[in-house]
Amino acid sequence: MSTYRFTRDHEWVRLDGDLAIVGITDYAQSQLGDVVYVELPEIGHRVEKGKEAAVVESVKAASEVYAPVSGEVAQVNEMLTADPARVNADPMGEGWFIKLRLDDPRELDSLMDEEGYKRFIEEQH
Amino acid sequence: MNLSGSTTEGAVVGRLGVRSVGGLVILAADAAPLKRTPLYSLHLALGAKMVPFAGYEMPVHYPSGILNEHLHTRSQAGLFDVSHMGQLRIAGGDPVKALETLVPGDLRALDLLRMRYTLLLNQEGGILDDLMATRLEDGLFLVVNAARKEADLAHLRERLERLTTVEVMEDRALLALQGPAAATVLSRFCKDLPQLGFMTAMETTLAGYECLVTRSGYTGEDGFEISLPAVGAAEVVEMLLARPEVQPVGLGARDSLRLEAGLCLYGHDIDETTTPVEAALAWTIGKRRRVEGGFLGTEIVLRQLAEGATRMRVGIRPDGRAPAREDTQIVSSSGAKVGRLTSGGFGPSVGGPVAMGYVDRPHAAEDTPLALLVRGTARPARVVRLPFVHHRYHTG
Repeated sequence: MSTYRFTRDHEWVRLDGDLAIVGITDYAQSQLGDVVYVELPEIGHRVEKGKEAAVVESVKAASEVYAPVSGEVAQVNEMLTADPARVNADPMGEGWFIKLRLDDPRELDSLMDEEGYKRFIEEQH
Repeated sequence: MNLSGSTTEGAVVGRLGVRSVGGLVILAADAAPLKRTPLYSLHLALGAKMVPFAGYEMPVHYPSGILNEHLHTRSQAGLFDVSHMGQLRIAGGDPVKALETLVPGDLRALDLLRMRYTLLLNQEGGILDDLMATRLEDGLFLVVNAARKEADLAHLRERLERLTTVEVMEDRALLALQGPAAATVLSRFCKDLPQLGFMTAMETTLAGYECLVTRSGYTGEDGFEISLPAVGAAEVVEMLLARPEVQPVGLGARDSLRLEAGLCLYGHDIDETTTPVEAALAWTIGKRRRVEGGFLGTEIVLRQLAEGATRMRVGIRPDGRAPAREDTQIVSSSGAKVGRLTSGGFGPSVGGPVAMGYVDRPHAAEDTPLALLVRGTARPARVVRLPFVHHRYHTG
């Protein structure tokens, strides 16, 4: 399994063949609380790095999920429509949001690795 | 992602005191220190996530999370710390006659230890606060909203200056035990409590502390509110939490429970710009009061009772799964703006989105189709009867 990369906004991304899978981190889901609704983009939709790609809602609030990299939406996790709690249960795996056809794989290089993200979260407190 | 989100109640405070309340980010670098209830340490010990609310540091949820806490309350019993709310006593002179000059409720009809939900109104008939008033031997016991207690006290004292005395009940805590198992739980400590009628009070002792217990609440379920000395709060809470039916519940679930029950949250569904008629709270205006008047705001209220109001608070059910929250614009089927949501979120017991808001009178009928503008798109919704979840008060 290829390595995870992380954004300062608590999204993760990893390569799966020529697609980039995107989700939110365990830290993010624990801060959010119970996820009750996920709004995913249309297939074919273009997302820009740093711009809104999806919306995730807890009981109390709506939060934007930003695209860690730029690309075209190739797949979305339909399971999240019927079972949004999956984001809490398995944020790094089955709780993935979208798969992107990447514009430029090098965009991943500027993102934090696992160690870097761990340190980043520690600094938040 | 944006972890502070846009919330309906409570806020997240970062190191610099950055708060996000209802979508607005407010920088409060030197915010006044937050107050704490007598249960603060206990909340921390229970693993609560604390947030600022009405100047207090309050638990928004415990480790189980809002969803579980909400569902637990409707299936067994949830225990809430609501000590941040204001507890006032009005005594001396004729307290009932005095307070009736400021509320449209019929307080004179309250027998000893009976209580009523009522509204403090201003000259324009706008709502200054909603509150519970209980008739005691020597006067009235009021429970008012935390965010309004200072303003309420000033208003009451100014208006009732020569008529009666208004005092804050200092050093007291207030707990709410809500849910179908609440009576069973309390019966272990006071055998007479299960017989207590809805909207009635009784004096009793819990863990040796003198309490005033009322059968009332803010969830739509059967339940009790317990006013007791602050020194006894932690002990009584621990005693109740030791019961298998009881879980601690925070403000997050308190909000989703009251929304499903169709109950108003002051500052959101009701405020100084909303009148009782507009707010669908005309039922709080006593029959005798409609004839006699004599309360601040009488003129406008009586006129609205006769002619109707131009807008109404209604329940709104979005069609899909996407929640629509406070401040969402409401449009009619022809696309005209007809109102806005004042509360909204996900209803765990309903299993879908629920909301309340004001719509122009022509669009307020049950089943009226509407659309909600959420993130730039119009989402279908319709007007529904409140509450979303049937009340299960102990009225039998």
